[in-house]
Amino acid sequence: MDSYIDIKVRVWRQAGPKAQGHFETYELKHVFQGASFLEMIDILNEQLVAEHKDPVTYDHDCREGICGMCSMYVNGHPHGPDSAITTCQLHMRKFKDGETITVEPWRSRAFPVIKDLMVDRQAYDKIMQAGGFVSVNTGGVPDANAIPIPKPVADEAMDAASCIGCGACAAACKNGSAMLFVSAKVSQLALLPQGKIEAAARAKAMVAKMDELGFGNCTNTGACAAECPKSVSLANIARLNREFLCAKFQD
Amino acid sequence: MWLKDSSIGRKFVMSLTGLALVLFLLFHGCMNLAVVFSEDAYNMICHLLGANWYAVIGTLGLAFLVLVHFSYAIYLTIQNRAARGNDRYAVTGKKEGVDWESENMLVLGIIVLGFLCLHLYNFWFKMQFAELTGIETGMFDPQNGAAYVKALFTTRGWGQVYCALYLVWLCALWLHLNHGVWSALHTLGWNNLVWMKRIKVIGCIVATLVVLPFAIVVLYYLGMGIGMLC
Repeated sequence: MDSYIDIKVRVWRQAGPKAQGHFETYELKHVFQGASFLEMIDILNEQLVAEHKDPVTYDHDCREGICGMCSMYVNGHPHGPDSAITTCQLHMRKFKDGETITVEPWRSRAFPVIKDLMVDRQAYDKIMQAGGFVSVNTGGVPDANAIPIPKPVADEAMDAASCIGCGACAAACKNGSAMLFVSAKVSQLALLPQGKIEAAARAKAMVAKMDELGFGNCTNTGACAAECPKSVSLANIARLNREFLCAKFQD
Repeated sequence: MWLKDSSIGRKFVMSLTGLALVLFLLFHGCMNLAVVFSEDAYNMICHLLGANWYAVIGTLGLAFLVLVHFSYAIYLTIQNRAARGNDRYAVTGKKEGVDWESENMLVLGIIVLGFLCLHLYNFWFKMQFAELTGIETGMFDPQNGAAYVKALFTTRGWGQVYCALYLVWLCALWLHLNHGVWSALHTLGWNNLVWMKRIKVIGCIVATLVVLPFAIVVLYYLGMGIGMLC
């Protein structure tokens, strides 16, 4: 049964991109375990505002696990200590009475901190702009069954497309590599006929952009897939490697 | 050049050099195993390889592979640490399904390389190097490999220490390969949802197959050394 708990929240406070950050610990009393993690931070912020202090800045939007905005590292895990969820889907029942919860922003060279827990994730948008789209004319909307696509392929494309671009993969990776994100975005298109035409150029362009933005080199540790809120599979990385290597050998 | 400038290109080089070294180790291990059955047979292999032109070319090739594999490892690690940014996480949780060895490949690689230097001094320097240069660097004839193996591993005291050191080396090598082999295949693109589990098992089997012949030889001489003590 959910009850009320007293907790300490150790939050990363950083005034701006260039400022030196530090941890600040706040005590919160009587937090309902049925509250979501973000609601808990809202409660903390109300408390801070009442004390005339600067509230904790953090990204959030849909609060239903599909936008990927609520990027934060909770107790050593992106999106907190639960599997296959975003921070907004994390609930306080995952924490014990008297526990100290450490909340940090993503730490990756490609995701600089803007303020407190908010980071700049435009790097992912730039990778998408480099080739994560279909630009050939695919005609009008065809009948759903006009182009037969085997169910396993459709499923795999759909699973890859479930990536919400939250950045947890690069944040969790010891190498700061964005390979899971890029591979999911390349896969969702490379698996389907509309995306196949530009597949080789897309793989090259997106990987080049990823390298240019300062993401690390993948060493297949699998931390990304383990922490992905959408459980995107590591197998996508093999597909990206395949697409990229084939494209390079065709040159 | 994309093999140097793109992340997947760099990983491709790591995979190919790594797999080539695995093939060499399999070959080396099989040769070693001969000494357990017959010292004459082992010496015959030493004679066949020795300082013949093909063995020298092979050695140069291996040195090149090790050099490329190692320098790329350093290059990749420097880049990866930089990509992580200046601030480290205060708390890092255990990530499910992430093997310890996969996060410590460089450390394991350095351990393997360190022992490799010792190993080159123990054998290569006294055998192929001695034969090539004509300088006498060891106690025995450069082609009498079995005598060198026996002397190193069965001498009272130091022999047992060397056995233990070589076993530590082999453990590090097994851990390195347990991640390295499947990771190399994955980087080459040879993986999918179905093969993910299989490829990890294949990697584990290959790692064991590589390490086992070496371990058998060391354990054989360790037993012989202890037998001589009694």
